[in-house]
Amino acid sequence: MPVEFDVRQHVLVPKHEILSKEKAREILKRYKISPHQLPIIRSSDPVVKAIGAKPDDILRITRNSPTAGRAIMYRYVIEE
Amino acid sequence: MMRIPKLIDRVDFGLMSPDEIRKVSVTKVVTADTYDEDGYPIERGIMDSRLGVVDPGLRCRTCGARAGDCPGHFGHVELARPVVHVGYIDTIYNCLRAMCRKCGRILLPESKIEEYHKWIEEMREAGQKWWEMTNEIVKSASTTEKCPHCGEKRAPLKFEKPTAFTESRSRLTPSDVRERLERITDDDAVLLGINPKIAKPEWMILTALPVSPVTVRPSITLESGVRSEDDLTHKLVDIIRINQRLSENIEAGAPHLIVEDLWELLQYHVTTYFDNGVSGIPPARHRSGRVLRTLAQRLRGKEGRFRGNLSGKRVDFSARTVVSPDPNISINEIGVPEYIARILSIPVRATEHNIEELRNFIRRGPDIYPGANCMISPDGKRYDLRYADREELAKTVEQGFIVERHLMDGDVVLFNRQPSLHRMSIMAHEVKVLPGRTFRLNLSVCPPYNADFDGDEMNVHAPQREEAQAEARILMRVQEQIISPRFGGPIIGGIQDHITGAYLLTRKNTLLTREQSQQLLAAAGMFVDLPKPATKEKGVEYWTGKQIFSMLFPKGLNLTFEAKICENCARCTKEECEIDAYVVIQDGQLLHGVMDARSYKALDRCEVLDRIVKDYGTTAAREFLDRATKLSIAAAAMLGFTTSIDDEDIPPEAKERINEVLEDAQGKVNKLIKIYNAGELEPLPGRSLRETLEMRIMEVLAESRDRTGEIAEKYLGLNNHAVIMARIGARGSMLNLTQMAACVGQQSVRGERPSRGYRGRTLPHFKLGDLGAEARGFVSSSYKDGLTPLEFFFHAMGGREGLVDTAVRTAQSGYMQRRLINALQDLRVEYDGTVRDDRGAVVQFVYGEDGVDPAHSDNGKAVNVEKIIERVVGG
Ligand SMILES: [Mg+2]
Ligand SMILES: [Zn+2]
Ligand SMILES: [Zn+2]
Ligand SMILES: [Zn+2]
Repeated sequence: MPVEFDVRQHVLVPKHEILSKEKAREILKRYKISPHQLPIIRSSDPVVKAIGAKPDDILRITRNSPTAGRAIMYRYVIEE
Repeated sequence: MMRIPKLIDRVDFGLMSPDEIRKVSVTKVVTADTYDEDGYPIERGIMDSRLGVVDPGLRCRTCGARAGDCPGHFGHVELARPVVHVGYIDTIYNCLRAMCRKCGRILLPESKIEEYHKWIEEMREAGQKWWEMTNEIVKSASTTEKCPHCGEKRAPLKFEKPTAFTESRSRLTPSDVRERLERITDDDAVLLGINPKIAKPEWMILTALPVSPVTVRPSITLESGVRSEDDLTHKLVDIIRINQRLSENIEAGAPHLIVEDLWELLQYHVTTYFDNGVSGIPPARHRSGRVLRTLAQRLRGKEGRFRGNLSGKRVDFSARTVVSPDPNISINEIGVPEYIARILSIPVRATEHNIEELRNFIRRGPDIYPGANCMISPDGKRYDLRYADREELAKTVEQGFIVERHLMDGDVVLFNRQPSLHRMSIMAHEVKVLPGRTFRLNLSVCPPYNADFDGDEMNVHAPQREEAQAEARILMRVQEQIISPRFGGPIIGGIQDHITGAYLLTRKNTLLTREQSQQLLAAAGMFVDLPKPATKEKGVEYWTGKQIFSMLFPKGLNLTFEAKICENCARCTKEECEIDAYVVIQDGQLLHGVMDARSYKALDRCEVLDRIVKDYGTTAAREFLDRATKLSIAAAAMLGFTTSIDDEDIPPEAKERINEVLEDAQGKVNKLIKIYNAGELEPLPGRSLRETLEMRIMEVLAESRDRTGEIAEKYLGLNNHAVIMARIGARGSMLNLTQMAACVGQQSVRGERPSRGYRGRTLPHFKLGDLGAEARGFVSSSYKDGLTPLEFFFHAMGGREGLVDTAVRTAQSGYMQRRLINALQDLRVEYDGTVRDDRGAVVQFVYGEDGVDPAHSDNGKAVNVEKIIERVVGG
């Protein structure tokens, strides 16, 4: 695999963004949850590495959806 | 101060140590006797009153409670010699095989042991099943010949079912085994799948045996006063007797052989006490010869604790009987036999409004319907109306009393048919008490229950609290379930004759007199004025069937669609359609087209019913469905409709043409075979010659069957009743009909022509290597003409495969459904639209990503833009 391969360029990898701390707090408040109640993603995940997210970050993922067209979800980055 | 633990952090399942067995024991049991002459439990006996009480009146000497409140308490027996616990025999065998007989270490080099430890630690952290490593460890350790730790050579170890071990031809006693297990280090135990913190290997050999509380093995006193003991008690008696004899013999210094024999006997009794179904030993029997039902037998199997008592509990306020159809009750209703209505009851609190009525129920009592079975005063006292002075009790009723009255018309009950595969398998119905012994249901609710009337039985549950009744009525009522959440269309709707009747009525040339029209409307429960007649001939007024059917539609209903009978002509002539397949409904009037499966058949596209549910609500839809089905049945009866075997008759010239086609195909097949044998067949890309030949033959034969079907269809016109049913989608298909009338066609096994049976041929009637149509399962007869014996045989081969497939498929899909339900059972949609699991973690941020409830959607979509435009622009 070439060194410069970027998973984010692959068609099957949806858009991942790191949320700012305020934005993350807002999301947790909106759903009245602790970060551990979010779906998780490992810090070793290629896409997490690619965007430089660290454990305790919350990612916003924008996906294409067969029902809604576009769907947004959030994932909590955990160690390893 | 006593602290009450609020949260269970975890539950460990381990083994009980002998010390723990003694610690929880309330008494040592030493004698096998049960009761003395006065019928009191003998102290230190098997029914010792410290083990709990089951006789009313006595008090438990451990907890002081009476029978019913005392949970029972364990005792114990000190075994004269240790015995093996059969339940752990596999683990014991694994330990013995994998360990050194001298130093007790696992027969693996230190480096290997280290490595396994690391793996197990990793698996444990990842939450994987680390104990499954044991199989691999035992496998490699038990093939090691020399101990890597002390150099001792392994001796051949033999396991004899169910509990015996022999090493180098000498028996290992349970004491020997226990001694060896004691030598396993804690670290090595982990590799053998044992967590030594909660289970030491040597505890798998019993030195003390817990005696179960009498509450789990109560004795029954027969009417004659003779006590009959539970099977477990019998078994415990055996154990204690032999144990006693064994210890006496040991003390007396009896010969080795006798001690050994008694020891083995003790092992047998303890083994069968745990499990009386282990292979290798005869099951323990009662004096009468009956096989004893001991601990494992209580748990195992269909009638066992798990499947019989926990998963399959019997419940109160329920009834079960055969179902039969009743086209005259609403889809919301259920016919309940009076006999059942007198037994199922509903608690009603007395108020100033209903108190007189309730008094009357009490006076009538449990046997005269509608009455009551029970009365409860505000202080909670129950009065059974069977044995009471009901007249007197009726006078004492005041506000606040609760009367358990019989089930009555209008009560809500839950109706269920197994297998309960989707939520429409349990729906709420309103009771209608009817004579007879069966539950009656409207035919339109057969599809969601998947019920028919060939002996099906169904269950009824009567919710007791007002809250439960309201919930059932609002959420579970049949009319609320018309649209299935599976595909967003109706699952409750017309079936079979409902479709036929509607078609006959709405056909182009159906004209009805005033009397007929009123007759039909009355049958549908509509007592309204007729519209203006469509035509007048010789002074007699006539109404069209379309006019009559239109009277069921709600005002303002607008719809345009193609009926099921539409032949998808290249150029649709719309309103001028020859077969009246173009349906136009304007402002609730059926102007063009016929009603058929497309209009209101369950599980079909169901345009009309679908529209009514979604635009006019479930009540309007229920009314429409109740009336439309009754009207259609009445119409079919009035206009006349029948079908018989004659409907599959075709004239001789059709027969001739069909035979020509079949002979032609036969010839083509023979020619293909000839070309193949001559080696001149061109192979298809990616296929061998043989495969190519098979494909070409199948093609030719399939085409010929289709052509025979087409020929038959030409002679089976729309005036043929069987054809009508097939074309409008009421029942059967044109394939069914042409197979009956013209030709059944190729039979297949695993998607290929039958080829196995004898060497090189399917049956001995054919030449070796015959590849012709006949020899490989082509049925050229029709069902009506009848099959030749050879054809019949091939047909049975294909038919058997179909049966096996369905059997296998239901088993597989049942298991898959079970796993899905177990995985998804505590997910739910919260009020904020998110899907959460039981710990509140988000699974989906918006249900289905679009937040649409499929049961309230338009075929799965949130909105149907075309319909809205049509309504705004066209309406
Ligand atoms: Mg049936
Ligand atoms: Zn007690
Ligand atoms: Zn050794
Ligand atoms: Zn058409």
